[in-house]
Amino acid sequence: MDIATQSIDGGFAEPVFNAQTVFRAIMDAMARPGTVQNLPQLARPPAPLSATAGAVALSLCDNDTPVWLDPPLQAEASVKAWLGFHTGAPLANTPADAHFALIANPKEMAALDGFAQGTQEYPDRSTTLILLVDDLASGPSLLLEGPGIERTSMIAPPGMPRHFVEQCKQNNQRFPRGVDIILAAPGSLSCLPRTTRIKLMEA
Amino acid sequence: MNAQSNDIATYNFAYLDEQTKRMIRRAILKGIAIPGYQVPFASREMPMPYGWGTGGVQVTASIIGPDDVLKVIDQGADDTTNAVSIRAFFKKVAKVAVTTETAKASIIQTRHRIPEHPLNAGQVLVFQVPIPEPLRFLEPRETETRKMHALEEYGLMHVKLYEDIAKHGRIATTYAYPVKVEGRYVTDPSPTPKFDNPKMHRSPALQLFGAGREKRIYAVPPFTDVVSLDFEDHPFEVQTFDQPCALCGAENVYLDEVILDDHGGHMFVCSDTDHCEKRRADGHHGHLAPETHLASEETEPAE
Repeated sequence: MDIATQSIDGGFAEPVFNAQTVFRAIMDAMARPGTVQNLPQLARPPAPLSATAGAVALSLCDNDTPVWLDPPLQAEASVKAWLGFHTGAPLANTPADAHFALIANPKEMAALDGFAQGTQEYPDRSTTLILLVDDLASGPSLLLEGPGIERTSMIAPPGMPRHFVEQCKQNNQRFPRGVDIILAAPGSLSCLPRTTRIKLMEA
Repeated sequence: MNAQSNDIATYNFAYLDEQTKRMIRRAILKGIAIPGYQVPFASREMPMPYGWGTGGVQVTASIIGPDDVLKVIDQGADDTTNAVSIRAFFKKVAKVAVTTETAKASIIQTRHRIPEHPLNAGQVLVFQVPIPEPLRFLEPRETETRKMHALEEYGLMHVKLYEDIAKHGRIATTYAYPVKVEGRYVTDPSPTPKFDNPKMHRSPALQLFGAGREKRIYAVPPFTDVVSLDFEDHPFEVQTFDQPCALCGAENVYLDEVILDDHGGHMFVCSDTDHCEKRRADGHHGHLAPETHLASEETEPAE
């Protein structure tokens, strides 16, 4: 398939209702960190962008939101063309300029504090990270606490960044500044907002 | 285009255009991630005046889907102008199911009350907020209040509550009673009576706040600490009523005073009409309840 077809195909079939479905899943996940929200396949972006991450981008990104792509996505012209055609979002030159960051390879990703953290006055001016993960259950178990969680919650995404728990702890300490994370797995997603305190569960 | 048809097919689903919804949705997500922080957003003109719930309507329009069931209350009542017209608005522009029953709703848009019936985990409560900034009447400059929030400098609010005690012997604030969310941001719970403040604390429902004129959205996620400000020797207290609801006999609910005539006749009734009707349907009786029950407009003034 040539790049023009790839960039035009695979958007939402029902833009209004699909965007709402995806947003509600993200909103519920953000409000209840650690819960897994199931999502049907609504978008078909070119690889290595996944269907879930593509759908999240379609529902939240537009020409107001610079998007940063990690090197594996950056290298793929069809991904850039697809995002450009469907969302109109400009590409951010550095992680610190990004409103959203799409990360296909979380293991090798830049440090969380390299992204926009917001300011003490405007902590909302921070990057939301969309991490592509294989699933939400096969990695090391993370114990979650914080707003949105009644007692504790648990999630186990594989292939997370190096020193992820320690980085999240520092992210917590920067509150109200900090980044929020959307974990996009095939067919489901989950969120780790900056308020969620994460501990590694002992096996 | 065919403009003949009666429904507003020429508007997008839920009235707002998609770019506006995305902008509001992003603000909602930031609000949830930073509980109690007021996220600025590009509030739109709505087909209703400021002060009638334009913020709440924009939030509801951005989250609502075709499967949602919407309830709208105004001071607890489902049958007052503001509630009726907003419910009709969404029925028309989003074709969603509407209800007056708290337990059946997935989204409850509210002006100044939290329903008496406990909310559950799947529900979203959308507040209409007139003045989102709790410090605004103490410090009119936005630049300064923003700095105060940034530095967590809330001494002024405590001074205000202290002055209440010095003047009146107690904290005289009865509505829009300031709360601290998750130990960080001092937040305006919107002009709900302070009676409702404890319901916000660790509520299983997601609480979203929209202020249209002031262009702010904020949120309290489920199971989040919401503590009303007070002093050790003057602890926070809710209003109490010395009589039960005159129609359904409910105690420990918030009551409205209704004037019955111009000779001083009055009664106290549940402000939450759904709660009151449910109780009467279940056979509860207050001392002024009509014999043939249900139908709420039979309080003819006594001559």
